[in-house]
Amino acid sequence: MIRILRQLTKIGSITEPLAEANNEIEQLGKQLDPVIRKRFAGSLAIRAVDAGSCNGCELEIHAANNAYYDIERFGIHFTASPRFADMLLVTGPVARNMETALKMTFDAMPQPALVVAMGDCAANCGVFGKDNYAIAGAVSDIIPVDVIIHGCPPTPTDIIQGILQAIGK
Amino acid sequence: MRHLANTWFAEKLGDHGVYTQYLEDHHPAHMPCLEIRILDWEQAAKTARLLDMRLVAVWATEGGCHEQDEGMYAYMAYAHPEHRHAMVRTLLGKTKREISSIAKHYIAASRMERHMQDMFGITVTNTPDQRRWLKHEHWPEDAHPLLRSFAHDTRMEKACGEYPYLHSGSEGVYEIPVGPVHAGIIEPGQFRFLAVGEQILNMETRFGFVHKGIEKAMKGRTAEQGIKLAGRTSGDSTVGHAWAFAQACEYAANTDVPARASYLRGILCERERMANHIGDVGAICNDAAFAFMLVQMHRLREDMARLHADIFGHRLLMDAIVVGGVAVDPDAEACRALLEQTRTIAAEVEHLRTIYADNPSIQERVIGSGPVSIDDAKDIGLLGYVGRASGNYPDERIEEAYPPYDNLDVNVAQGKLGDVSTRVWVRFEEIADSARMIIHLLENLPKGDIQADWQAPEAGISGFSAIESWRGEIACWLRFGEAGAIDRYFVRDPSAINWLGLELAVREVPVPDFPLNNKSFNCSYSGNDI
Repeated sequence: MIRILRQLTKIGSITEPLAEANNEIEQLGKQLDPVIRKRFAGSLAIRAVDAGSCNGCELEIHAANNAYYDIERFGIHFTASPRFADMLLVTGPVARNMETALKMTFDAMPQPALVVAMGDCAANCGVFGKDNYAIAGAVSDIIPVDVIIHGCPPTPTDIIQGILQAIGK
Repeated sequence: MRHLANTWFAEKLGDHGVYTQYLEDHHPAHMPCLEIRILDWEQAAKTARLLDMRLVAVWATEGGCHEQDEGMYAYMAYAHPEHRHAMVRTLLGKTKREISSIAKHYIAASRMERHMQDMFGITVTNTPDQRRWLKHEHWPEDAHPLLRSFAHDTRMEKACGEYPYLHSGSEGVYEIPVGPVHAGIIEPGQFRFLAVGEQILNMETRFGFVHKGIEKAMKGRTAEQGIKLAGRTSGDSTVGHAWAFAQACEYAANTDVPARASYLRGILCERERMANHIGDVGAICNDAAFAFMLVQMHRLREDMARLHADIFGHRLLMDAIVVGGVAVDPDAEACRALLEQTRTIAAEVEHLRTIYADNPSIQERVIGSGPVSIDDAKDIGLLGYVGRASGNYPDERIEEAYPPYDNLDVNVAQGKLGDVSTRVWVRFEEIADSARMIIHLLENLPKGDIQADWQAPEAGISGFSAIESWRGEIACWLRFGEAGAIDRYFVRDPSAINWLGLELAVREVPVPDFPLNNKSFNCSYSGNDI
């Protein structure tokens, strides 16, 4: 236990002090904070759904949760159920085999629900192509989308920015 | 040719009464492709089993330019620790597209045969499992996407049906369906648990949810375009998949990659291995409520991602490998930064490892959970760290010793107990060994070009490669068509085999320990569903 404590004190808090390293995050955080406080009572619950991603996007969502970006400090957290989620974060082109599951997840959310399509594949099917028997389409072909985050995959900063945009709408 | 033709398997097949013919239009010669008669198909598998060979993959393809165009071929690839890889193929009957199953010799073949049934409409006889695999119940019965007659942009009609999961009629056994949308931020798939009380009696996986038609989408792309798609077969092993694709192309075209490029590929692949193991160890501990490790490990993973973005232009190293070499040539300063960071991270991981090892509450959870026996591991042919934890040690960096590993000693961690704790141990060992290799490669990085001139081979030429990605062996077979376009691409991610290991491991494990086991395997859904 003492070693865990020692390691914790040695590393300290590495969450980027909002002004350093990444200016973008700071600005975003400051804008994000009041919006979340006001509209979502300090807590925005996101349900992430992989509708056919290569899992690169998932790695970056995980990164947005790491100690550097620490998306939770803004009151944003990922939830296990769509039943009490405010936002649906969808990655990947929508695989034909995931179409029904994605629609059902969306339908299970309380409305109005925000939908963010994350990554080039979610935006326009990316490298896999729309003219593909296995792909049902981009996310916006299946459910209504509020904001699209581009990138293959988008960086954690892009993800935070996209979420802000969706809330600000 | 750097390697002599590998005739070992052909001779052995001959001893067992299987007549083989060496195919000239397949490369490389040290991983030959042998044509056999269809009636010898099962005998060939039986012989391979007798010779203690490991099944690499089973797949099918329609004939190419050098062959009868209506012909349909089935392929299987095997590997032997000393005698490397060898493939056999056979021509199926023109009217009766039927082949006998080899699943009774190699259980891992079953799902690959189901894939063949779904995609080509080939009838596999004597199979233990007739169910569809990637082709879900809402696909029309007659849809076989990999046939030439099936247009790549077909909009299939919706059919109805239900997948026959395994049920239990016993009293007291209840079912827990999980997925396809899971609770965490992970990929979709369906797990069906049959449980008694807290214990799992059986767990059945069902995949295909993220099937993206990669094999079909590759058709018609040039190698330069195709490698971007190949690198997105499974995002976490983008280096491994891109390397396997590039090497299969390079073998087919007889292209030699400059030494500097293969060293850089080695560095990229080992960095990917380190980053993924580091992230996974954190996540495994987190699944046992030891969040401290998750936070610490993900901090290190982020450090690596940031340096990758600075030097190679991508946090996950996507598109860093190109056909013929690598995309970016790091300068001396970048190499110093890589060297320094690799050293620091390896040291930090070692320190965290002592904390992990001394923490009784995590040890209590991981020791003895979800064991896979050595016999079972060999039976299934488990790959990568999963195999290494259970006494099965295939490692292409040693068996195939492709550059740069021909100049490197790889220390393979040899676990035996096959439980979660051993899988974590193997990962710690691999992090340390990868760091050692990266440092060696950086210190001895040769000067010179980073790309060879790429010229696609003529139509009909095929190439095969086997690359040790962080998850285990990726096998890739592709054939070129006219004008340098790829005619058929087949890839087998290690997950296609390792998922079977998870099903076996979680028997008699309490349901709450399933996530712990699942994470210790961390198989890819996308790589499995292609």
